[in-house]
Amino acid sequence: MADTIDAPLRNTPLHALHLALGAKMVPFAGYAMPVNYPAGILKEHLHTREQAGLFDVSHMGQAMLSALPGIDIAAAFETLVPGAIAELKPGQMRYTTLLNAQGGILDDLMVTRPVHPEHQHQLFLVVNAGRKAEDFVHIETALAGKATLTRMEDRALLALQGPAAATVLARLVPEAASLGFMHGRRFRVDEVDLVIHRCGYTGEDGFEISVPANAAEAWAKRLLAEPEVAPIGLGARDSLRLEAGLCLYGHDIDETTTPVEANLLWSISKRRRETGGFPGSAILQAQIKDGPKRLRVGIRPDGRAPAREGTEILDLNGAVIGHVTSGTFSPTLNAPIAMGYVSASHATDGTQVNLMVRGKPLAAHITPMPFIPKRFHR
Amino acid sequence: MTKIFYTQDHEWIRLDGDVGTVGISNYAQEQLGDIVFVELPQLGTKIGQGDETAVVESVKAASEIYAPVSGEIIDANTALEGAPVTVNEAAETDGWFFKIRLANKSELDGLMDAAAYKTFVEGLA
Repeated sequence: MADTIDAPLRNTPLHALHLALGAKMVPFAGYAMPVNYPAGILKEHLHTREQAGLFDVSHMGQAMLSALPGIDIAAAFETLVPGAIAELKPGQMRYTTLLNAQGGILDDLMVTRPVHPEHQHQLFLVVNAGRKAEDFVHIETALAGKATLTRMEDRALLALQGPAAATVLARLVPEAASLGFMHGRRFRVDEVDLVIHRCGYTGEDGFEISVPANAAEAWAKRLLAEPEVAPIGLGARDSLRLEAGLCLYGHDIDETTTPVEANLLWSISKRRRETGGFPGSAILQAQIKDGPKRLRVGIRPDGRAPAREGTEILDLNGAVIGHVTSGTFSPTLNAPIAMGYVSASHATDGTQVNLMVRGKPLAAHITPMPFIPKRFHR
Repeated sequence: MTKIFYTQDHEWIRLDGDVGTVGISNYAQEQLGDIVFVELPQLGTKIGQGDETAVVESVKAASEIYAPVSGEIIDANTALEGAPVTVNEAAETDGWFFKIRLANKSELDGLMDAAAYKTFVEGLA
């Protein structure tokens, strides 16, 4: 997960708090980020599944896309993504992907239509930290003359995740607990403008809270003061999302993988499959019709050894049929889990495969994702 | 009193006659975090100094354990396979990985004693 970039690392508005909490800081997407706190990844992971975890995700890119007069913002944005944006109701959020001309994924992102009647020419976007600079230029260039993009770099983003998240947030923002899953809106609390969405990246119920940078530490401390809440680092964020079967950009999806290959077909509505009109739509329509050559699948090693990113996946005859794109040890299952791409003929649940770990073939099988039951609020 | 030596890769070896018991240092386990898997060497394997001899994995990543000296593997701590967390709890005692019959005791001369290793680790902070 950590990467090396020569440019100096940027700090999030919670940097001082991370240090005060004893976090181990690592470089990630150009930012100094907490990989874990003194409790460690395992305890942080389990705490999030049992109570509630607070994550600093301020490195992610927040932006407001605003249509110029006479332009339908949803129709304009649909030229860049295969998601059904036109059908989004005010306050509704959707997961979709920015695509290149080959249907490859430039990034995955969240898109929300604002609630306020006067803001129906806008879309609120949250994109990945490692891609935000490129994404924002791409969107501005592609929609030049139709829309303008405002980068919201003066805002932090906190994620509160876990079965106790709603109970905790209700104490501070009572109305937020009534948000439906994948819905969000503005809340004004103690003179602070919050944008709260009910969503997340852990498979649990939870919220992402956009807060002005200058109020971020105070809000993080208020949430951490609640007895159910512990600070959680990027290490557990990764193992939590992998248990939930969710993709990490640059690993499980990238410019060479399409949403169809990535098993994200659910994110493309019937209308958009039929009418297309997004980059690479002809390629994706053909993949949908004929079936993709490869598919992202879940993998359970039969033994105890984790299979990490890059591990070769072999069929029982020893032929390479794919690679692992994410692999870890699942704290919840107390067993290794992985995801990766295999040829479509080997993608059926239960298919026996071998994983080449340190030169030895280890037995494993293709398995449905998520690896644990999702507990999103419905 | 048995003598303990350390490598720059954070293995320790405790000598008893011509047999060394090998593990990773307390500093190393702190850096790795929660250990969830270990892979131990086969008994009877002959290994060279610096060879990859065992593997330790945290939630995040796999790390190799290199042999501090050359020799033959005569024992492995199979209790770790069912309880890898022992490496976190007792890295320099119950969390040992394997025992090796030394082929060449003079290889120990290139290793650090406890005081030198302590200084070495302090220099990494």
